Amino acid sequence: MEIPRIPLGSWIEGGLTWLTTEYSSVTRAISRVTQTGIEVLNDALMWLPEWALMALIAVLCWRVASVRLGIGAVLGLAVIWNLGLWDPMIETLTLVVIATLVAIVMALPVGIAAALSSRLYRVIMPVLDFMQTMPAFVYLIPAIPFFGIGSVSAIFATVIFSMPPAIRFTTLGIRQVPVELIEAADAYGATRSQKLFKVQLPLSLPTMMAGINQTIMLALSMVVIAAMIGADGLGSEVWRAIQRLRPGDGFEAGIAVVILAMLLDRLTQSLRRTRK
Amino acid sequence: MDETRNVKIQVRGLSKVFGKQPKKALELRHQGAKRSEILEKTGQTLGLYDINFDVYEGELLVIMGLSGSGKSTLIRCLNRLIDASEGEIIIDGENIPTLGEKALLECRRRHFSMVFQNFALFPHRTVQQNAEFGLEIRGVGKTERYDIARSSLKQVGLDGWEDAYPNQLSGGMQQRVGLARALANDASVLLMDEAFSALDPLIRKEMQEELIQLQNKMRKTTVFITHDLDEALNIGDRIVLLKDGEVVQIGTPEEILTRPADDYVRRFIEGVDRSRILTAESAMRPVHATARSGDGPRTALRKMREHGLDSIYVTDRDRKLLGLLEADTASKAAENNADSISDYLIQDFRSVRSEEPMHNLFAMFSDRSFPIAVVDEENHLLGVVVKGAVLDELARAGEQ
Repeated sequence: MEIPRIPLGSWIEGGLTWLTTEYSSVTRAISRVTQTGIEVLNDALMWLPEWALMALIAVLCWRVASVRLGIGAVLGLAVIWNLGLWDPMIETLTLVVIATLVAIVMALPVGIAAALSSRLYRVIMPVLDFMQTMPAFVYLIPAIPFFGIGSVSAIFATVIFSMPPAIRFTTLGIRQVPVELIEAADAYGATRSQKLFKVQLPLSLPTMMAGINQTIMLALSMVVIAAMIGADGLGSEVWRAIQRLRPGDGFEAGIAVVILAMLLDRLTQSLRRTRK
Repeated sequence: MDETRNVKIQVRGLSKVFGKQPKKALELRHQGAKRSEILEKTGQTLGLYDINFDVYEGELLVIMGLSGSGKSTLIRCLNRLIDASEGEIIIDGENIPTLGEKALLECRRRHFSMVFQNFALFPHRTVQQNAEFGLEIRGVGKTERYDIARSSLKQVGLDGWEDAYPNQLSGGMQQRVGLARALANDASVLLMDEAFSALDPLIRKEMQEELIQLQNKMRKTTVFITHDLDEALNIGDRIVLLKDGEVVQIGTPEEILTRPADDYVRRFIEGVDRSRILTAESAMRPVHATARSGDGPRTALRKMREHGLDSIYVTDRDRKLLGLLEADTASKAAENNADSISDYLIQDFRSVRSEEPMHNLFAMFSDRSFPIAVVDEENHLLGVVVKGAVLDELARAGEQ
């Protein structure tokens, strides 16, 4: 007796093909908008001379975090500039910023809704588990038929991969608000939206910031991997180094990624602390 | 309490079951089942059963019970933080359990302010912003709510702390903010859920005194929850005693102390009440002024006036108690140009020995408010006991 193999793969492919043909107008529209966004931001960052952007970032780090981070930013960015990786770094930064923004804009309402409705919470949590544990590379494959080779596909895969922590931490933050504070808001006759905006959201802000920090870190790691489907930036430098077997070039680009990651991480973490 | 006072809140037949089939649990209770039996048979907890009481306009009503007696559930049913399973709560003609969502919000805004056991201050808001919260929710304009909140912070003695955050304040001060938030809201009923229980004893006593003073000034209808009999005796105009979700007794502190409704109340009082070991002597105050039997009526009147009394005890040369002289009798004697007050003394006052147990004193305070005379075995006047002093002494003893 032979148990037939479940044709899971062909089902999924069928579904994806159907999606790409039926909704090609939608995907093309998304593609156009995203592409424009990437170009505008990229051009803006490229238009600034290196030293001006460095100064800008340093001042931002100093104001939000500390003088130390400001100095660190200058040193780190100077190294990247010196290695001749400035333009790829800007491309990567652009992708991370846009992917993170899209992820946050989508994650916040979902996270809030999941926090307020237990039923939605039970539906969303396993979906998030799925999104997070699925190997990141797999998202790259369907991205291509949807959006073609290039940065838009990279953003699509990055958003899916990096969104879960933003949703999770938003939900967690809201659910963590002490019951007595909810009671206090209720006792004084607060409506649902007053309760949300005056009590629940402000109190969950630190936790939400932790989620956003995670999202940025995941986005950065994914944007690098997305070089495999033609995304520009530091990832493609690494990818090229692999193909040409040049470990020196690979490490140089890798170190640039590390510097960028540390900068973004420290910056968002201190944002979280000052809000507390 | 006299029946003519306005009723602010009427609670009738209020029951609360925690579970999905409240009808079943209430039916069982109706048939005489105990709480534990109901829990065993239906898996549901009977929180409150058939609660009836009134809250009068301007009174401070204490709901007292040990933990698990349902007092927190009861206060939350009043503003529907918890939905009652059955019964009516009528405030100014509105039945709270049947209100729609909008009407409920409106009712909470107009009628209820609440002070919480663990303060429940918003940590992301300053003291000022916390005090403004209720007004902000009601849509009061910025400058107006700023002024109102500021004056209620002043009222609770938090001048100069407006810009601090709650975590920078001590527990007592935090609860003052909680109180200011409630006062600023100016709702018609103040709900206080174990408001002072989380404070240490000294601060707690201080807050009780301040609440009494505020209450004397404002006469705000207040429902105060506590598990502490001394606190209840100290601040309550009337006390509702809860046990296992049911009312055991309702009455003034004196009524509860002197006429406990059943054994439970009696044991409860015995547990906390030290009046049985306290004697008249401990509540006795020295007599500031006595008249001598040889004094003329004008001298006696002057002594009364000087000490703000409307009656005075009269003794002989050895301080032996002879009788009591009332002010109006004395002025009559003065009009008649009497030489001595000895013919005008009355004897229908109470005198006790210094070792008289305190709990017997309650019954002696009749409608006439003469102080009780405390005498030794030879009828020498040692001092007097006034009504307030007895309660004070009880409350003090409770803390030791």
